[in-house]
Amino acid sequence: MLDTLYSPLYWAADLPTRMGQWTETHIQSRAQLLEENERLRRENLLQRGRSHQMASLQAENVRLRALLNSTALLRDDVLVAELIGVSPDPERHQLVLNKGQGDGVFVGQPLIDAEGLMGQVVEVGGLNSRALLITDATHSVPIQVNRNGVRAIAEGTGALGSLDIKHVSATTDIQVGDLLVTSGLGGLFPAGYPVAVVKEVERDPGETFARVLAVPSAALDRTRHVLLVFTPHETQDN
Amino acid sequence: MADREGHGYGVILLTFMVAYVLAILPLPPWLQWGRPEWVALTLIYWSIALPERVGIATGLLLGVGLDVLEGAVMGQNALALMVVVALSLVLYQRLRVYSLGQQAGVVFILVAINQLICQWVQNLEGIGAGTLSFLLPAVSSALLWPVVFHLLRGLRRRYRVN
Repeated sequence: MLDTLYSPLYWAADLPTRMGQWTETHIQSRAQLLEENERLRRENLLQRGRSHQMASLQAENVRLRALLNSTALLRDDVLVAELIGVSPDPERHQLVLNKGQGDGVFVGQPLIDAEGLMGQVVEVGGLNSRALLITDATHSVPIQVNRNGVRAIAEGTGALGSLDIKHVSATTDIQVGDLLVTSGLGGLFPAGYPVAVVKEVERDPGETFARVLAVPSAALDRTRHVLLVFTPHETQDN
Repeated sequence: MADREGHGYGVILLTFMVAYVLAILPLPPWLQWGRPEWVALTLIYWSIALPERVGIATGLLLGVGLDVLEGAVMGQNALALMVVVALSLVLYQRLRVYSLGQQAGVVFILVAINQLICQWVQNLEGIGAGTLSFLLPAVSSALLWPVVFHLLRGLRRRYRVN
């Protein structure tokens, strides 16, 4: 309730950025716009070509899953939200989004960008909501190594560029460059979204666990538009 | 007379709103640690200038608002700002005759106390800074104090808030 009362302040604090974007889009030269248009057209063509392939791959996946007697993968619905504020406290990795209760946002909802998982919604107001990033020191996410399915937990460190992979035994097969994706365990995050890439593995014989650091895939400090994910069973709950 | 007093409250409220916006204005990461405590600065100024009108209750209300804006634990900033304003209410008669430099020194200590209390609460939460970098806002606040002081005094005289 108080959140809604204060939302004009977020709007005011966001104004300089908004004005900067406005001038950027309105004072661009024609040549620049044409060039950008051309580039986007090319990109679009490429993506569409890929998505045709995707359809057949998805069908194949469904068939194979049916053969294996496992449940079908459901496609997640998403809602595009815009960032209107970041936590002023560098120790607290939180974002304020311009979507709230009225748009169906709920506490615990996963947040992604084009590159990977960003975090989850922790507070929902009438007009906006607050999300916790995966790098916050109080956040953990269950993950698995994409290459071989080894499961672990990625904890935030309080630094934007790194995640701590907890309780990986010294003999576990995990290497620098491995992609870590959400495992779907815990029921909060849907499986399969990229979370981070392993940057450093240190196996100290004197320690019980290996020290593994990873770099988040999502552009946590640069993205302005984010996607709120509705996983099918969770939307039914609400 | 009553009309003038009502007007004065508007000016005070406006300065606090501006302080709020400055407090949540997005900053580049390298500047983030040094963000001045705008709300505390504004509060210190008004409590020195008008100790009979801006007091601990103002600190409480402002702090709760700041907690909501920052997404902090409810009461963290409220507690810190109440302590700061209580101290500056004790000191205001001395602060008024100090030079700007001396005032900046006291502001450094007051904001440092504010930061310390916030840091205690955050440590209880498990997200403390770990280094002394949480005191940087005290340094930047003290450096900015002369500017804030002149600005707010100019406003106060222009609109005859007293």
